[in-house]
Amino acid sequence: MPQLRLKQFSPLILEPLDLVVDEGETVTLSGPSGSGKSQLLRAIADLDPHNGTAWIGDSAADKMPAPQWRRKVGYLPADSSWWEELVGVHFSETPELDALGLTEAILHSSVAHISSGERQRLAVLRMLQQQPQILLLDEPTANLDPHHTLLVEEWILKYQQHNGAPILWVSHDPEQRLRVGKRHFEIHDKKVVQT
Amino acid sequence: MTLITLTPFDLALASSLVLLLALLSWRMQLGVERQLLIAALRSAVQLILIGFVLKLLFAQSNPFFIGLLALLMLSVAGFEVMSRQQRSFTGLWGYGIGALSMFLSSFSVALITLWVILQPDPWYTPQYAIPLLGMLLGNTMTGIALSLDNLTRTAWDKRHQIEAQLLLGHDARQAISSIRRDALRSGLIPIINSMAAAGIVSLPGMMTGQILAGSPPLEAAKYQLLIMFLIASGTGLGSMAAIWSGSKRLFDERQRLRLDRLKKR
Repeated sequence: MPQLRLKQFSPLILEPLDLVVDEGETVTLSGPSGSGKSQLLRAIADLDPHNGTAWIGDSAADKMPAPQWRRKVGYLPADSSWWEELVGVHFSETPELDALGLTEAILHSSVAHISSGERQRLAVLRMLQQQPQILLLDEPTANLDPHHTLLVEEWILKYQQHNGAPILWVSHDPEQRLRVGKRHFEIHDKKVVQT
Repeated sequence: MTLITLTPFDLALASSLVLLLALLSWRMQLGVERQLLIAALRSAVQLILIGFVLKLLFAQSNPFFIGLLALLMLSVAGFEVMSRQQRSFTGLWGYGIGALSMFLSSFSVALITLWVILQPDPWYTPQYAIPLLGMLLGNTMTGIALSLDNLTRTAWDKRHQIEAQLLLGHDARQAISSIRRDALRSGLIPIINSMAAAGIVSLPGMMTGQILAGSPPLEAAKYQLLIMFLIASGTGLGSMAAIWSGSKRLFDERQRLRLDRLKKR
């Protein structure tokens, strides 16, 4: 599975950024709230207008239909959204619930009645179900206790080992950043800089 | 039965009832007497004025002036649709989507009716063309305003759900389809309700007017039925056109949800 490349890429509010995340590599991103972390991830997923180009391997985002690009990109927003009433309707097949400490009964629950931590773990499973080639994670463990945080980290990194997906991981937690990534970036004054 | 002509004195008597209501509102401190009197005065001035305009128009039967009045009615209705939106589109789109949908539906239904069903000679005979168009515009206006308002408001409220579907690789059409359906339904419900209640709960205004003006009840009923069918189809077509172009405008060529194209409130 190929690398993620950004060339002169900017979500309009940030300065242009050149970045390569290699196959199997995890790069972490931090910065004060409102600094543009989510905007960067949204732009890579092509949800917002932006400048510059993003590639996965040899395929440029703007050279393919947007839905096709978004299927290759696994972007996990900070808050997950659910458009049907029941949890299970959002999944095409039964996901590996027990790996993240969930049981099958939750598929028959109403989205409104499950906790934010359960929603977050389900969102990770939903995102991975489409077999994305790169992962853009916006605080994937923000609502989780330490135990479930480790479960989710483990599950995501296992997916990466299996698929070689490059990961851009936004995290507020310095320890988590050290656990999951080797290169670390920070947004400072509209610039993405390595730390 | 002949037409009982109303004298200015008759109308003055009727208006004294409104005055009485205003007086009551003032005594009971309801605070609506000002609005009530202004609205009553406006309706008097506007209706007398349009009465004169129509009288002139009917006498002349000049297609140019008839077309001019039709366009004037359309442009006012376009503003009305725009002002009823909680979040209308920015720029010309805010006006254009509503006005164009109304133009397409009202004018085409009116023309079909004049050419195929009523067949007056000439086809633009203002006694038929103007009231027909007025009825159609007035009602499609309501339907289109409701549909568009529902579409943009729901898209705004459910933006995260829409984007979650886009992220999973669904295309824009799929992501907005249930919102489109609800919006269309909300535009059509008023006319469906009024068709269902017609004759049992309410005597429609047009039929009442015709009966008061001396038409046989069955003739009045037939005309009312014609108008209702026309209104239903005009409203449906207009709402569909508005929702189709509105939901296209909500997304750009990369199928991004572009809520920045809606006015902020």
